[in-house]
Parts: sequence; C-alpha cells; structure tokens
Amino acid sequence: MGTEITYIDAIREAQAHALRDDPRVFIYGQDVGAFGGAFKATKNLAKEFPGRVLDSPISEDAMVGLAVGAAIEGLRPIIEMQFADFSTVGFNQIVNQAATLFWRTNVPCPITVRLPFGGTSGGGPFHSQCIETIYAHYPGLIVLTPATVEDAYSMLLEAVALDDPVIFCEHKFLYRHLKAEKLPSEALPIGKAGIAREGRDLTIVTYSAMVHEALEAATELAPEGWEIEIVDLRSVKPLDTDTVVASVARTGKLLCVGEAWPWGGVTAEIIARVASEGYGLLDAPPQRLNAKDTPVPYHPNLWTAHRPTARAIAAAARKLLRT
Amino acid sequence: MLQTVLDAKPASDTATARDTTLAAYRFMLLARLLDDKFAGLYRAGKIHGGVFLGRGQEALSASIGVSLKKTDVFAPLIRDAAGRLAFGETVLDAVRTYLGSPLGPMRGRDGNVHRGKPQEGYLPMISHLGAMISVVNGVLFARRLKKISGTVGAACVGDGATSTGAFHEALNQAAVEKLPLVLVVADNQYAYSTPTSHQFACEDLAQKAAGYGVESHSVDGTDLVACLKIVGDAVARARAGNGPQLVVAKLLRLCGHGEHDDSSYVDPKLKTLPIGRDCLKTAEEFLLQKKWSDAATLATWRGEIIREIEEAVGQVQREPAPDPFAENWSAISSEHLSETHKEDGN
Repeated sequence: MGTEITYIDAIREAQAHALRDDPRVFIYGQDVGAFGGAFKATKNLAKEFPGRVLDSPISEDAMVGLAVGAAIEGLRPIIEMQFADFSTVGFNQIVNQAATLFWRTNVPCPITVRLPFGGTSGGGPFHSQCIETIYAHYPGLIVLTPATVEDAYSMLLEAVALDDPVIFCEHKFLYRHLKAEKLPSEALPIGKAGIAREGRDLTIVTYSAMVHEALEAATELAPEGWEIEIVDLRSVKPLDTDTVVASVARTGKLLCVGEAWPWGGVTAEIIARVASEGYGLLDAPPQRLNAKDTPVPYHPNLWTAHRPTARAIAAAARKLLRT
Repeated sequence: MLQTVLDAKPASDTATARDTTLAAYRFMLLARLLDDKFAGLYRAGKIHGGVFLGRGQEALSASIGVSLKKTDVFAPLIRDAAGRLAFGETVLDAVRTYLGSPLGPMRGRDGNVHRGKPQEGYLPMISHLGAMISVVNGVLFARRLKKISGTVGAACVGDGATSTGAFHEALNQAAVEKLPLVLVVADNQYAYSTPTSHQFACEDLAQKAAGYGVESHSVDGTDLVACLKIVGDAVARARAGNGPQLVVAKLLRLCGHGEHDDSSYVDPKLKTLPIGRDCLKTAEEFLLQKKWSDAATLATWRGEIIREIEEAVGQVQREPAPDPFAENWSAISSEHLSETHKEDGN
C-alpha cells in the first residue's frame, strides 16, 4: 500500500486486521480466494490467511445459510456478495434466518454481509442498486453505510466484532474515488451520525456516496451566502434521530437525500421521525431527493439524471431555502 | 430381505440391532402419542396456530435421531417429532413450544414445529423449505475450520423442498466442500396438496444425487428396520469422510399437511399400496414376530408414555403465559443499537 489509502484499501485492511486479531473470523464469497475478489477487497488475503478466505459457488442463499451455521458454531463469518444486487438471491437467509435467530433462540448471529452497492457509470440495472432500505425494514439487522475511508475501516471492524448480523453497504463509486492519508485509530461508534459540514441555514441528511454530492452542493451554495449543515447518518439502522433533530433545531429546514429509490425509503423514515419528534422545529415542509422510481439506467446521460447529483441537491436546497 | 441381513449377523450384532430397533420404536410410539395429544389440544382450541403431525414418517425420523450422536447436528422439519425426541429433545420442550410457554426454548416467540436449541446442535427450522440445509453445512464447515472432526449433520426435507433453489444450492455446496451432510428426503407423495407428479419429473428423487456428485440411498420409509439400516449406513459413510449422503425414503403422509387439513385430496389407492402402510404398526408387528418384545411390554410402554405426556401438558398448562410488558422487545443482542422506541413501546 502506498501513502494514500483508498476506501477499498480500508475495507481490505479492516478484513486483514479482523483475520489477524480474531481466529474466529473467516471470509466466504465468490472469487474472494486466490483471485482476491471482483473489486480486490480480499487481495492477497487468501495467501496471508490460508484456509480462511474461501471461494464459494454462485449460491447466495447457501452462502448466507452457511454463515449462519458457522455463527451458531461460534465463528464470525464475513460474506462478500459480489454486488449488492445479487444479495436478493440470498435475501431469505438474511431476513428470515440470520435476522430472526437471536430473537427466536437467544443465540446471537454475528455475521457480516458485505454489499458492494450503489451506482457507477455504466453499471446498469443489476450492478448499481441501493437496497439498504429493504434490509433496514427487517428487525434483527444492523445496516451500515460508511461514506469515508476512515468509516469504511472502523465500521467494518466494529461490524465484525458485533454479535448481530450486519449488512455492510460499501459504495462502489467510493472504492477508488476516496483517499485518506492514514487509517483511523479512533472513530465514532456505530449508531452515531456525524456532522460532515456545519451550517445554520438548512440541514441535509444523507449517507454513503451522497454525502460527497451534498458536500459539493454545499460548496456551490456557499458563495450565495447559504451555510448548509450536512448530517452523515453513517448507519441507517440504527438511525441516529437525536443528531438529525438537533441539526434541524439549529437550521429549521430539512432536506433528505438518498441514492436509493424513493418509496418508503431511508429519506421517508427520517422525515417521518422529524415530523413526529421535531415538528415545531421546522420552518418549512421537509423535503427529500431520491433516485427516480425506475431501474438504474445504463447510459451515463440517463444515470446522472436518475440519481441525485450535487447540482440537483443544490437546486432542491435553493428551493427549500427560499420557502 | 433386511431381516435376512440382520439374521446373518453374529449374536452380539443381533442384540445391538434389537436394542436399537426397540429404542427407535419407543421414540416412534412417543412421537405418535405426543402428536395425537397435540391434535387433541388443537381440536379443543388449546393451541394457537397450526399443528403439524409426523404420522407415517416416524420410522424414518426416529432412525435419523438414533443414528446421530449427541455431538452431531440435526435440522429436523415439520414431521420429525420422532427424530427430535431421539436426538434428545424432551417432551416438556415440545409441549412448551406448542403451548407458547416462556419457559420453553422458544419462549412463546416462536411455536409448534419451529423449535430447537442451536447451541446443542439442534437447529430450529424456519418455514422456508430447504433453508436449513446450508445452515447445517455452516456448522459442519465451522467445525472443520476449528479442526473438530467426526461429526455429522443431518437435515430433513420433504419431496416439495427438493424443488427449491435453497435445496439445490445447499446440496451442491455440501458436495463442493465434501461436508459430512446427510440429507434425508421424506418423499411422502404430497407437498401440502400437490402430488409428486407436479413436483418433479424424474423417476426417483435419489437420481438427483448423481447430478451433485453425492452418494444416494433409497429406502422403504414404512419399514423401520430398513430405515435404521439405510440411514445408519448413510450417517456412517458421512462420518467416515465419504461426503454428503442423500437418503430418499418413500412413504405416505398419513395425515393432512396440518390438522386444519382433512387431506381429502389424497388418492385413496395409495393407502392400499405397501407405501401406505403405517410404519408404527409394521414395526410393532416386526418386534412381536421376532419376539424382540411382547404385547404386554408394548402396552406398558404406551401407558408410561401417555402418563409422561399428560404430566408434561398438565405442568405446562399451569405455567405462566408470556407477558408482553415483561418482554424484551429487542431483535438484536446489541441492545444499545436496538431501534425499539422505549417511550412508545413500538
């Protein structure tokens, strides 16, 4: 590794760290062994940790089922889904097996399912999806959406150490786009949102890659005299309502931004909570911006119009600021 | 034929076979009488939700339970009361789960056939068919990583589950990893109301094994001695390192899918065929014919079992019901990360 650490490096390093520190950890997924994974998130790990980084058949259901069995036996599996989109094939095992085990039996289910998710140019309908909402809907799962290199590292380490099933949504667009100087030695714990930028005029609540689009939008709005506060949720489940409401108390205006589809999503959940717990803090109706309600398109012209971008976020913010 | 096999063995082996058969028969009888009790409680309106019986499958199921060691792994399905009891489940745990007692292993959070003790290798089924097979694989896989050898995992399904993707993925996975999995298919002619003609098109489900590169065994599921032999062999072969074993037992479900189902769709012809025999009756006749037991002993067993069941039901009925106000409504063990709103009880 060079002096610059990317988001994908952080994910690889967190896994190496977990494998080194805890003999109960192993990695199972398609092409994760000698090949090092479709995105190289497990590069060289099979060599460094013989017998603990293992190729699976293309069987998402059985991959997760095996992880649950191994967790029952006291191990801490990390499952790599090649793309988040394919996790729907293992959906049953995630939401009905892993997510219900502790509630039903009092036996914890410490598995981490890594989902390379979110859009990249040219990804198209089946390699771009943001499906954090559908997992957050189910009781028994923790759903993480790190937006920075530091969080990708610290939250993955924390995920593996947790006694519960974690859906770890790592954004493919951020894999090589983000760089940090070094890995963090301390971090906010899971369950705490962070303030990515402080401001007084409007709160944007978002997560994952959209944090960076929102930051760009805030930079665009600054010369116009607007100071935008950006809350990075970090984890969508649990959702840190306190930090969101405290920010809205400072700004009086709320715009929620998500790359996922709009219906019943994370942005809707935030608005529901703020409306319920902080209605009097709002100076204007809360707004949200999501991807369009269609499959994710292939061509870049369509794709950049399909998901929120810095420009679209700035436009939505301007409209809300003027109400 | 199988009797001949037993007869040909030396005296000590015959004694072992006799003891095993008698033990298995007792679990069959216990399961049948326990099922009958649950059916009675259901008709009396004393059970919430459904009741699912194993009538007609006790020989196969008991054979699995007695063939496994306590350190093995077992994922039974809905018609495996006999196997569960033989694997070590207590009557009290079964009754507590059906009646929703907070003192049972599922504490009223899950019921009827969805029961188990995962920390003891007894996995509680979810309702999605085929889904438990890869979980058994996972326990076996983990034991291999932990360098624990010599354990076997058995998973039970019906003919219907062989049509699921989960079945395919898990059997293939077990084959690829050469796991000591024994996958037992009770081909009981109906998946709920659907006859096998609408479930699969091969001659015999055992043929599927070849496609996965695993060994297969076919057995008459109405014959206890045959089941003990075939299931026992499959377990031994898995334990000896021969990889996954597929056991397919042909039999007839002698009840509805659940007690809500009168099973009027079952072809009456099937009941007259050898496949429609009641395995409990067949086993009893065999024991008497071999003089391995006598009518008086079997009657005594029946009396003992009925008393045990009645005592368990009586005890559980006196136990408190789950209290929603005392319940811990956290679906995760990391309670500080739970989303349950403490103030509104959501």
